[in-house]
Amino acid sequence: MSVDVERVLIQLQDETGEVLGSPFDVPLDISPEKLQLVCNALLQKEEPVPYLFFVKDAEVVSSLGSCVQELGLETEQVLPVVYQPQAVFRVRAVARCTSSLEGHTEAVTSVAFSPTGKYLASGSGDTTVRFWDLSTETPHHTARGHTHWVLSIAWSPDGKKLASGCKNSQIFLWDPITRSQIGKTLMGHMKWITWLCWEPLHLNPECRYLASTSKDCSIRIWDTVLGRCDKILTGHTQSVTCVKWGGDGLLYTSSQDRTVKVWRAKDGVQCRTLQGHAHWVNTLALSTDYVLRTGAFEPATATINPQDLTGSLEEIKEKALKRYNSVRGEGHERLVSGSDDFTMFLWNPAEEKKPVARLTGHQALVNEVLFSPDTRLIASASFDKSIKIWDGKTGKYLTSLRSHVGPVYQVAWSADSRLLVSGSSDSTLKVWDIKKGKLNADLPGHADEIFAVDWSPDGQRVASGGKDKCLRIWRK
Amino acid sequence: MPQNEHIELHRKRHGYRLDHHERKRKKESREVHERSHKARKMIGLKAKLYHKQRHAEKIQMKKTIKMHEQRKSKQKDDDKTPEGAVPAYLLDREGQSRAKVLSNMIKQKRKEKAGKWEVPLPKVRAQGETEVLKVIRTGKRQKKAWKRMVTKVCFVGDGFTRKPPKYERFIRPMGLRFKKAHVTHPELKATFCLPILGVKKNPSSSLYTTLGVITKGTVIEVNVSELGLVTQGGKVIWGKYAQVMNNPENDGCINAVLLV
Repeated sequence: MSVDVERVLIQLQDETGEVLGSPFDVPLDISPEKLQLVCNALLQKEEPVPYLFFVKDAEVVSSLGSCVQELGLETEQVLPVVYQPQAVFRVRAVARCTSSLEGHTEAVTSVAFSPTGKYLASGSGDTTVRFWDLSTETPHHTARGHTHWVLSIAWSPDGKKLASGCKNSQIFLWDPITRSQIGKTLMGHMKWITWLCWEPLHLNPECRYLASTSKDCSIRIWDTVLGRCDKILTGHTQSVTCVKWGGDGLLYTSSQDRTVKVWRAKDGVQCRTLQGHAHWVNTLALSTDYVLRTGAFEPATATINPQDLTGSLEEIKEKALKRYNSVRGEGHERLVSGSDDFTMFLWNPAEEKKPVARLTGHQALVNEVLFSPDTRLIASASFDKSIKIWDGKTGKYLTSLRSHVGPVYQVAWSADSRLLVSGSSDSTLKVWDIKKGKLNADLPGHADEIFAVDWSPDGQRVASGGKDKCLRIWRK
Repeated sequence: MPQNEHIELHRKRHGYRLDHHERKRKKESREVHERSHKARKMIGLKAKLYHKQRHAEKIQMKKTIKMHEQRKSKQKDDDKTPEGAVPAYLLDREGQSRAKVLSNMIKQKRKEKAGKWEVPLPKVRAQGETEVLKVIRTGKRQKKAWKRMVTKVCFVGDGFTRKPPKYERFIRPMGLRFKKAHVTHPELKATFCLPILGVKKNPSSSLYTTLGVITKGTVIEVNVSELGLVTQGGKVIWGKYAQVMNNPENDGCINAVLLV
């Protein structure tokens, strides 16, 4: 006996509101997989892309009918169903520690994979920057030169240079292949370097300019080819904690004087000051962060053996620009700032001074905020031992991930935005499944606090380093 | 020792001798030789004592000389980078070293065990037995004096039943039994009438604590579920300590301040 199933008219829309085709009739008990088939057919894609479907911000999990029932919507009218494409590739969760790399003689303060995932660099309190060979998981070479703790490191978006800043306010540039320092030491700051950020690839494929912020309240833009300081941006009255170079030619800086300032990168003029926080602003995150970091490298094309970027400068620039535009979408870049006042603000810095939303809920200071690579979600790590996930567009609170027993220091997203790894002072790493909102894997192993975590852009490895002086690599 | 300022007065009025400064200088330089002569020629107990004193003096002198020398030759000891490297986001924060946290925890536990808390009234006048307990005479000729009656306010608890009257040593009169206390929250400055859960400590004597005698300065436990306080983990707090601030036997009510 076939039960007479109700049918309902739905209209497929994408995130920006554009309609896809005309409204059509579906049975109420249609499942997300069937909806995906329909969507793919309508969009006429060559390869089927997985989608997530939302009815009025509620995800369709089991069948359209249950969703409609929960929301109590009428089936008489046309139902708008929003579809969101997900990453085609899936990153597997890391589950085991494949190696523990000793070598540093002091705590590891920062860890970074190169944009293609080929090289791994770590800076530490023993004043060295060490490069590690990923295929054999052994040390590659040690870059000596700093005279004090290495505080921050940053790969250039083409993966050919690494910049490292130390507590004696010096910046060194290293070449991972020739194992030597590139150019001169960049000196000029008065106090220690807090953050380093390169110019995006699609603005300049040579990766020439580097922005650095320091406790001496200034931001310096360095010309790495000539080895000198190009511009000095002053304006903050206290230590500048973070700088992000946006893809539209704007620079965003956050400082302990409770403001976030927006600068034009071309002439160094300050455009806007975003005020609102009640205490130090610790961290910034741009919606296009991930794509600016990886440049022309597309994580979907990753292979087991990471390769260098190939092609002429023009090609690389084209690729990077294309990727950037697709991630940015229609609107401008969004910015999230996390602060010591336990809240975060979501800004639209290119347009207005007023925040889009204030994200409250944490019970201790927010140490790091990160947009997911597809810009849909925001993860915030805080000293109250929890990580909160927020909607990337509206700033609405989605879920809390609790399991750590100590302050969470850093988080890292996987390239497909489905997994999140977090490192905390309780010496464990935890991998979270965002879709379910639950813990996927608990990775103990470190002997002391974990200071830095990074997920390689090809999704294969996670590297973490901390106070116990050893770097651990985790794989599936 | 000059007892008055006549020397200084003379100096002010008439000045110094013409050879005063030279003589002073020469005498001082001779002193060194005289000292060494004495040290060599002294014998006996006097010498022992003197040498001991001089030895101590010399040690001190050597130490100061060494200190001065170190200051003169400033060595660049900054080759060794200091320990305790932290990432940039932890630099401006004073991290409490873990050892200190543990020792603080242990100290707090010890304090709780010893029953010492930080209370608004740290010192209270101790009440003697004659004040708190009144002797009740019993027996055919009213000669036996082993019963005592509590003259202060007390708390007995819900399931309290008297011992058989023939055997009970301490009598707590019903008129002096209280169940509720007026508790003030020190920060909110609001007062609530909360039921008492028990007497934690009476500062005068542990006997009074077991009896449940409430006098000024007693720490009592009150039921704060009315206030709706929640812990960080999400659990509801239903009992908190409060310290009694008045003399309940005089006022007829118990006024207490919540210990937060």
